Amino acid sequence: MSTLSPVSPNPASGAGSVKAADGGPELPVRRDKPFSRANLVQTVAGGYIPLIVATLVVVLPLLWMLLSSFKQPGEIVTTDLKILPQSLNLENYQAAMTTVPFARFFLNSLIVTTVGSTVKVILAILTAYALVFVRFPFKNVIFVVILVALMVPPQVSILPNYILIAGIGGKNTLWGIILPGLGTAFGTFLLRQHFKTLPGSILEAAEIDGAGHWRRLWQVVVPVSLPSIATVALVTVVSEWNDYIWPLIITDRPETMTLPVGLTLLQNSEGNGAGWGILMAGAVLVILPILLVFAALQRYIVAGLTQGSVTG
Amino acid sequence: MTRQLTGSPAAPAKTVPSAQRRGRWSGRTRRDFFVFLALALPNLALIAVFTYLPLINNMYYSTLDWTLGSASATVVGLDNYVSFFTSSDAPHVLGTTLIFTVVTVGGSMVLGLLVALALNAKVRGTTFARSAVFAPYVLSGVGVGLVWLFIFDPGYGVLSWLLRGIGQQSPQWINDPQLALVMVIIVYIWKNLGYCAVVYLAGLQGLPKDVMEAASLDGANGFRRFMSMSVPLLSPTTFFLLITTMISSLQAFDLIRIMTPLGNGTNTLIYEAYLQAFGAYNRAGYSATISVVLFAILLIITVLQLRFVERKVHYS
Repeated sequence: MSTLSPVSPNPASGAGSVKAADGGPELPVRRDKPFSRANLVQTVAGGYIPLIVATLVVVLPLLWMLLSSFKQPGEIVTTDLKILPQSLNLENYQAAMTTVPFARFFLNSLIVTTVGSTVKVILAILTAYALVFVRFPFKNVIFVVILVALMVPPQVSILPNYILIAGIGGKNTLWGIILPGLGTAFGTFLLRQHFKTLPGSILEAAEIDGAGHWRRLWQVVVPVSLPSIATVALVTVVSEWNDYIWPLIITDRPETMTLPVGLTLLQNSEGNGAGWGILMAGAVLVILPILLVFAALQRYIVAGLTQGSVTG
Repeated sequence: MTRQLTGSPAAPAKTVPSAQRRGRWSGRTRRDFFVFLALALPNLALIAVFTYLPLINNMYYSTLDWTLGSASATVVGLDNYVSFFTSSDAPHVLGTTLIFTVVTVGGSMVLGLLVALALNAKVRGTTFARSAVFAPYVLSGVGVGLVWLFIFDPGYGVLSWLLRGIGQQSPQWINDPQLALVMVIIVYIWKNLGYCAVVYLAGLQGLPKDVMEAASLDGANGFRRFMSMSVPLLSPTTFFLLITTMISSLQAFDLIRIMTPLGNGTNTLIYEAYLQAFGAYNRAGYSATISVVLFAILLIITVLQLRFVERKVHYS
């Protein structure tokens, strides 16, 4: 939080001091003078205030979640609102862990995200390479099939997939959670678009050196495409971690639940006022990892999610 | 001289096609054929089984009277569709979906454009603000839903405290069907606003500077420039956002499920399909019917988008 708070007040006070130092007593107050009074008022009102308001609207609820996760039931079940918790005690986190097997959920989420994302990224790389660099009839037809799959929302497939996966014994298993989401239209599409922009000369050089497809893929194409692959990987990690509807349906026992599903379980057992602190601790555990990943690598994530396509 | 010149290129020209024809199913080409299959087949098979097959199965299930988990089902033809469209379900579910979609799409686009304007200001701190505003879009809908459920809590939520401060009683957000929908819409807009803002920001930064400057020199003020220059010039961005946000609003599930577990006034198509099969009723056939209706709507939007984009290409 200490990283979040200083940014909003600083620019405003900075602008204020500039105003005081420069003063605005010059008679012809023209708008194009950088430090004129009118211009400063305009900068603060039109520039900083909307920016600060927009940032606060996003930051405050998340800050509230974090603060509340440290509060005792007595600090929450009260009409006298206190903003800061009395102390940074972790009792809510402990309570969340003991009420439901939270460590298990966390581990399950970690496994599902790691395995699911790794396989998806590899499949996307292989398929995109094949579509761009390997000769094959009907490649355009295959590409259209992938494009159309991009537009099919996974939500309309939940019932048939449930029947299919439950039928082959995948209910309440981690592989049952992972398997149906492994086919990747989004990653394939994104990487294909990128591979198409690679200069043919680098591959020809490798081919002349006698490198086969496998070596050309891993030693030439992948190393020069790392930013695009990172984009696909991060977007995949985010969506695997947050995935809710499918794990919710295919698991009903705590042993195989992922974090978002486990939070639902926690919500059911802590549905009264005193449980909010525990629920906020749970929310922090599901939100914080992705928030940290986003803070560190947001350039790739934003690029991937606003790519001008419908993500699946 | 001339005979030599025309003669020499003609010879290879004759041999190249024949070499290609001969090599079509031999040597490198044949190896490429199998390399392609080895690389692409796993992914293509997964897409076929878990994306395409369910579409067909859904249509089949929608013709069944079938309780989920039961071994037997009766084929009832289009009865499920008839009962959906003739019962009170259709106006209720379609109406809720329409309200949710229109308000969330409109709300996040209008507010997203305003936030994009704020982010486009020539002041410091815009990079941080841009990240902050986008962040909720990548966060877990379940986590976000719980945080806001706490804020909206009529007894101990911040909102009830603020309302008490101005002498108001907090409404029962969850128990009142209409307020529950309002609550879910507010939170959905909060979560998705940043996506619209960042896409609009890219659009604003791509506006032709000379044109905007010319308008400014002609004496057009900020608001005038925005309404008669920026808004029309941004129309491709607006159209793109309209389609993408509409598609994702129609698929919104996480927030709705966590904030209103029993679907009180928030039964959109996707949520009703879920509740019918996996809620209290176990009506698999009926659920599949609603999924098919949802898919049909999404298909129409996608087709409209493709047609429109084709037409748009001629302008640019």
